[in-house]
This record gives sequence, C-alpha cells and structure tokens, in this order.
Amino acid sequence: MSNIAIRVEDLGKRYRIGALAQRNDTLRDQLVAFGGRLVRRLTRRAASSEAAASTLWALRHVTFEVERGQVLGVIGRNGAGKSTLLKILSRITDPTEGTVTIRGRVGSLLEVGTGFHPELTGRENIYLNGAILGMKRSEIERKFDEIVAFSEVEQFIDTPVKRYSSGMYLRLAFAVAAHLEPEILVVDEVLAVGDAEFQKKCLGKMGDVAQQGRTVLFVSHNMSAILRLTQETIVLDKGRLVLRAASPAAVDYYLSAGHARAGERLWEADEIPLEAAPFRPIALRLRDRRGAVVDTVRSVEPFTVEVEYRLEAPVTGLRVGLYLYTGRGEPVFTSFDTDEPALFERHTDRPAGHYLSRCVIPADLLNQGRYTLGINASSYHIRRYFEDDQALDFNVDPAGAPGMHWAENRQGVVRPRLDWQIERLA
Amino acid sequence: MKPRTASQGEADTIVLRPARGWAGLNLRDLWKYRELIYFLTWRDIKVRYKQALLGVAWAVLQPILTMVIFSVILGYLLNVPTDNGVPYPVFSFVALLPWQLFANALQRTSASLVGNANLLTKVYFPRLVIPVSAVGAGLVDFAISFLVLIGLMLFYQIQPTWNILWLPLLVLLALLTAVAVGLWLSALNVQYRDVQHMVPFVIQAWFYASPVVYSASIIPSARWQLVYALNPMAGVIQGFRWALLGTQAPDASLAVSSAVVAVLLVSGLFFFKRMERTFADIV
Repeated sequence: MSNIAIRVEDLGKRYRIGALAQRNDTLRDQLVAFGGRLVRRLTRRAASSEAAASTLWALRHVTFEVERGQVLGVIGRNGAGKSTLLKILSRITDPTEGTVTIRGRVGSLLEVGTGFHPELTGRENIYLNGAILGMKRSEIERKFDEIVAFSEVEQFIDTPVKRYSSGMYLRLAFAVAAHLEPEILVVDEVLAVGDAEFQKKCLGKMGDVAQQGRTVLFVSHNMSAILRLTQETIVLDKGRLVLRAASPAAVDYYLSAGHARAGERLWEADEIPLEAAPFRPIALRLRDRRGAVVDTVRSVEPFTVEVEYRLEAPVTGLRVGLYLYTGRGEPVFTSFDTDEPALFERHTDRPAGHYLSRCVIPADLLNQGRYTLGINASSYHIRRYFEDDQALDFNVDPAGAPGMHWAENRQGVVRPRLDWQIERLA
Repeated sequence: MKPRTASQGEADTIVLRPARGWAGLNLRDLWKYRELIYFLTWRDIKVRYKQALLGVAWAVLQPILTMVIFSVILGYLLNVPTDNGVPYPVFSFVALLPWQLFANALQRTSASLVGNANLLTKVYFPRLVIPVSAVGAGLVDFAISFLVLIGLMLFYQIQPTWNILWLPLLVLLALLTAVAVGLWLSALNVQYRDVQHMVPFVIQAWFYASPVVYSASIIPSARWQLVYALNPMAGVIQGFRWALLGTQAPDASLAVSSAVVAVLLVSGLFFFKRMERTFADIV
C-alpha cells in the first residue's frame, strides 16, 4: 500500500436524473411530487421501476490504483464518467458506493480561474484564487513573483481582471494553478488555454510536476497531450473502466473502437459551465461536400462547419464563431457568424430557440495536416457566454492539391491554388 | 463526505466513502481553512466598496436615513416612549446598528451557497467556509455606522457606561444568530430556491419582533419577557441599549437568547453537514 497514491475500489456514483434536469427544484415541485407518490402508493402502483428509470449511474464498478509518482491518463467520450471520477477524487462530490483511498495532499484543477472576481486586480485575484485552491498565504507570498512572471502580465498586475483580454486572464489563472504543489494533482484539460507559446510552457510545467515524483491524474480529449504526458491510460465508457493499458495502446483502442465519433463534438449538460446560460452548445460538426459528418476533409473540396446550439433566453448582439488552429496550436483564423454587417443587423436580437450557425470553408485553402477547431459565443464587449478552444480535431487530406506530383511536404498553413502565368520574355 | 484524516508519516491518508446518516462536524477542517474564510470575507468587502461609487457613504447614509424616518414618524408623530427618556434618534440608532448588522449577515449567508455555486462544483474545501465568511463583510459597515453613533451620542451628550466593554460579545451574539439561521436557510436554498424569496419577508417580520423601534419594556410581565427573549435579537438589542445608554440590564433575556442561539447553531451545523454532501450535485 505504501507505494500506492490513489486506490479506487468498486467506485460508483448515481445521479437522480430529475436532480440534473430540473435544477431549480422548488418547494412546490416537491409538494407536487410528494402528492404524486402518495397517490401512487394509495393506488398501489409499483414505484420501483420508475425509480430505476429516473437514476443514472455516471460511474460504476470502477477499480484501479495509481502508484506514487505515476502520471495516469484518463480518456473517454463525453459522458463516460471522467468528470464524475475527477469530482469524486477531488472531494467535490460523494461516491454512492465503493471507496477511494488517497495518500497525500490532493490539488485539483477542474477549471482554471475558479473564484476569480472581475472587479479585483490581478494581484488580489492571485491571493484569492490561491487560497481557494488550498494554498497558504505564506506560500502564495513566497511564489508571488514567480506566478506573475509565469503569467506574463506584470504590467497589468494592479488592473482589475475585467479589463484583461481573455488570453491574459487565462494565463494568470493557469499561472496560479501551476504553482500549486500538491502531492497528487488531478487535472482536467486545463492545458487548453492560451496561445501556442503559452501552451508549450504549460505542458513543460506539467512535465516538471511529473518529474518531481508527484502523482498526476490527467483527463483530456487531446490525444497528443495524453501521449506526451502519460505512460499509462485508462479508458472509461458509459461509467465503466473498459481498459487500462500503455498510453499508445489505450489511445489506439479509444480512437478505433468507435468511442470517439469522428468529426463531431457533442456537449453534455455537465460539461457546460453554468455561466454559459442562456447559451447552450449542442454540437460542433464537420461535413464534407455531400453532407456526411467526417473527420478528414479534402484540401481541394469545400467543407461545412456547423455549430448547433440552443438559446434559453433571447440574446442581444450574440456572435457565434470559430477559431481554427493548427495541430501545434498556432491560430489560423477567427470568424463569427455575424461578421457580415448585414447579418449582424438582421440577427441583433436573437430570440430563444434552437439554432444552427454554419459556414463553408472554401476549397484550396488549408494545407495538409491536423487542425483544431474552437468555438466561442459572446456579445462583443459585454459578455463571453461560452468558449471551447479545443472542441474538435480534424485532418486535411491533400490529395489533388496543387503540387502533389512532387512527393514533398509543403510548408505553411495554407495551400492556395494560385493562378500562375509563365511568360517567355526572350 | 466523511474524510478520515490521520497523519501517517509524511502523507495524510484520506478515505472517501458514501456517507450515511449524520456526519461528524469536523470543525478542525474548518480551522485549517481559516485563511480562506479571511480571503472570501476580504473579497466581499473589497468588491462591495469598489463597485459602489459612494461606497462608504452608503454605509453611513442607510442607517442615518432609516433613523431619521423612524424618529419623525415614530418618535415625533406617534410619540413612542423610550427607555429612561433617551432621545428617540439615539434610542433607535443604537438598536439599528446591531439590527442592520444582523439583517445584512442573514441575507448574505442565506444566499451564499447559491451565489458561490461555481466554487462548490469546482474545488474542495469545507462547505461551512462559505456561509461563515459571508457574515464578516457587514462588520465594516457596522464600524462606520458606529462612528456615526459616537457623533450622535456626543451631540445629545450621553455618556456611555463601562458596560460598553461587553459590546464585542453582543456583536458576536448577533453574528452567531445570523450564522445559525443562515446555515439552515443557505442549505435549504440550495435545494429549494423558494427560500430566497422568503428571506426578505422573514427579515421584515423579525424586525417587528425585535425591539428596534420600540422599547422591550412594553412587554407586560417578566414571564412574557422571557418568552420574548426567545428571539435572540431581542437580547442583543436590549444588551446594546444597556451597554451604551445605561438602560436596565437584560440579564435573564440575554441568557435565554444565548441558549436559543446555541441550540440553533448546533442544530444548524448538523443539518448543514447532512445537506452538504449533495450541494455540488444539485446547486
């Protein structure tokens, strides 16, 4: 046991679906439900089958161990139970059955910038956020300069963070989190922040953490990050642990077993932050010219990117947009559905409802390689409802692209078909 | 959640398992997170005074204007009698101080869990930290109003008694009352949002049940006085008048009030502990 940092035995977590669906339980609802139960009991209708139907095992019969100093990856489709597992390990929620034994101080990063207050300055937020993450005041004071330097926001440290750009905000938030020094670190995709340079720095920091012999549990949708940072990975599916293997094998299994539906990213209710309301992302999809959902598109054909979402209340000035990054995280472009002034006029007030915003990426634009799409829903200068920088990965296949008769890799992000003229001058 | 913490050499071992029945209070855990209580209180104070343009002025104006209204309507027009013939403005202002401290604290505490939902679902810390840190912010307003009171007492040339040394304890009792009731209400508010609509009404009713605008001596017999003291704020306010204005000492009332607070607080703590397991799932 002495060498085991985390032991999870037969862990299960059950949610009442009712509890998830109707967040605003009111006393009246309870009275109505109570009345219903009373009537049913009087009329002797079996209530047990109904009870089974209204609960959901987010996690069941999960057993595994993590050795001290090991970096274990956790992958699985949305709703597979990854977040629930992390929440139990970080003591945010209680297991319904089974036990978890943890040896060492746990630091969990389920989100960066938890508890940041927009009115407070960068300096004040470092102290506040540090305390929330469980750091002692003396510890924060000691690391303060290091945190500021890491975040690269020195000049603005006494400015309220509401004036920060989203990049600065995230860098500061990550910087605080990165200086947490627990024996066991539980991380959920927080690396997906900032520009490529900063991401590299974050990955470096994570690598350091692992090198110092600390135990890390790392959940991600980003397979390359999993491969880079972990030696071993567990795969969750529908609340069960289906495989534990060396990371390359686990990633292969996950990608090939149809656990990930390629070309589509769906958001589950528990993945959407409460602050996103009234914007509710449903899906981000990539469709080829024939309308099929694909994860590999051809460079020489146009393809469609669509964002499906719901507005639970009318929103003014909404723009729903895309970020395109290369596989290495360099930005390629940013585009919003109301970039066109005429469209912006027409959709200034978007009533509540179910929406699809889509655009066509023209043919002969992208070079071959791997790309990442992010989405953003915001009202300019008012509020950012939702953002996911790494929502969907896809490939661009170069077959038929200009210059393919030479078997060489073309440099650059774009691969335009240019109208060359060759003239003989003499 | 029932973490069993035991020091074993270099590392602490925590066992997480489904909790059943009534959990232990584990107040030691709360003590370990005292710095977080401090920082959250500090956040509330900072934000409060940063956002409001008139910041400090509001803290002064609110009780003064309330006092003026009471003095005109109740003191001047209706001629409500005071204890020992104390001028009505001082009489009501002395009571308004602990009352507003309490009402503010209760309001903030009962909304605290829902207001900090993002913390509850993302980070672990003893959940008690949230309602407890919600009461402190009102102390700054209280201190500012207290300066006004000193000015008022100088104006009316009223000498405080040495009993003024008891004030910190009376303030503590007011805050504990707010925490005790706040524990119940904040935990209930997570599940039943009706509570947040109920709180303003509760506070209003409680106001009339406390001797803010009238003297507690209008309660007829000594026996009824004790029943009246079941409202802890009655004891606190009578205590304030006694300490500052030298009115009759509320010994028996204060004892009853303290006992009621103790019962409310302990039961509130256990209730809160029982409810907190599901906070993250339903908030």
